[in-house]
Amino acid sequence: MCLGIPGKIVAITGDLAEVDFSGVAREVSLLLCPEVHEGDYVLVHVGFAIQRLDEREALETLELFREMERSWDE
Amino acid sequence: MSEIQSDERRVASVVEEIAGLVDGGFQAMEVCGTHTVSIFRSGIRSLLPEHIELISGPGCPVCVTPIGEIDRAVRLAHRQDVVLLTFGDLMRVPGSTSSLSMARAEGSDVRVITSPLDTVEIARGEPGKKVVFFAVGFETTSPAIAAAVREAQKSGIGNLFVLSSLRLIPPALRVLLSSGKLALDGFLLPGHVSVIIGAEPYSFLPREFSSRGVITGFEPLDILEGLSMLLRQRNEGRAEIEIQYRRAVRAEGNPRALRVMDEIFIPVDARWRGLGIISDSGLALRKEFGEMDAAEAFDIPYEEVEEPPGCRCGEVLQGLIRPPECPLFGVRCTPMHPVGPCMVSSEGSCAAFHRYGGMR
Ligand code: SF4
Repeated sequence: MCLGIPGKIVAITGDLAEVDFSGVAREVSLLLCPEVHEGDYVLVHVGFAIQRLDEREALETLELFREMERSWDE
Repeated sequence: MSEIQSDERRVASVVEEIAGLVDGGFQAMEVCGTHTVSIFRSGIRSLLPEHIELISGPGCPVCVTPIGEIDRAVRLAHRQDVVLLTFGDLMRVPGSTSSLSMARAEGSDVRVITSPLDTVEIARGEPGKKVVFFAVGFETTSPAIAAAVREAQKSGIGNLFVLSSLRLIPPALRVLLSSGKLALDGFLLPGHVSVIIGAEPYSFLPREFSSRGVITGFEPLDILEGLSMLLRQRNEGRAEIEIQYRRAVRAEGNPRALRVMDEIFIPVDARWRGLGIISDSGLALRKEFGEMDAAEAFDIPYEEVEEPPGCRCGEVLQGLIRPPECPLFGVRCTPMHPVGPCMVSSEGSCAAFHRYGGMR
């Protein structure tokens, strides 16, 4: 239940951001993590950004996610 | 392709490192249900030396919710004037006589939401109804719920109520260690709870119990690294709280989220399935938000309910027995027909053992 998914901020409007999760766009609240910019990677939980992620490591995580998904789907 | 190969190489090298660090038995508890699932799915157990034992802890919010609290939500759902909202994981958890999904099948208005902000929208769209959010979760989820409560109050919505079953992780760890029943060499501490709370709230582990912990991420590689860090601490005679999951966890946590949580909620004594009442381990709405507290607004006294006969979920949650040691495991209790919550939630250890085969 504490799953957090990394995504990339595409656009920000007020307290809301459009976040890209490997090609799927979702609206995410920035109320808990306001100091972010377009292009930043954030960790998202139940529709809220809860932390900004280091970009290089976020990319690595995304790659691992995809790899794990592939192996779970088998 | 090359990145995948390099990941595989990294996994292989950490596994080798762990093998070199093991010296005699080593028992670690993975506190968080998301860790449990990742460990099973990725087959990490089969990569580890035999002497390393991973025990699942009480970090599945659905599993530690007492039956009496499920019953209260079901009772509310049965009211004609109520729309009951909750996260999907809770729907099938059996109460003493019914569950939320049964209530829905019988015609109650029960809806699954994915974000606490949905509650504000739904309350706005149902002005003639009382919209109750049955909120379950740990520190990861509580700030988001707090933010939604604040939004609802700001926008003057008067028909949203929160039935809080929110709980805090550190007090539960204290109880586990105080019981003296577990011989643990260390904890893999929950990564996403720690994104919010940081490292300090665990400092009592080394200070009071000479115990150690590593705040760990959820990829297989993270978990292996977390284990290797724990082993190193043990071998070097250190007992500390370290952070493996550095890409997301800062030592101070997320101060903004902590502030929002503190503005709305206050720690109260709470019941945990299997662990009993733990002081200051739950979150209730502060007085200023009292009119949104479903426990105050509705007449739903808590009633103590016996555990289903034979279910040993309590001991599973404390790490005292493995799911297959429960006589009902896989016989009368399966994911299709769960007896206890540890089999309902996909993050429960009984469900994980059942789905992925109960090896070591
Ligand atoms: S297998 Fe089922 S009955 Fe046994 S402890 Fe787990 S949830 Fe309870």
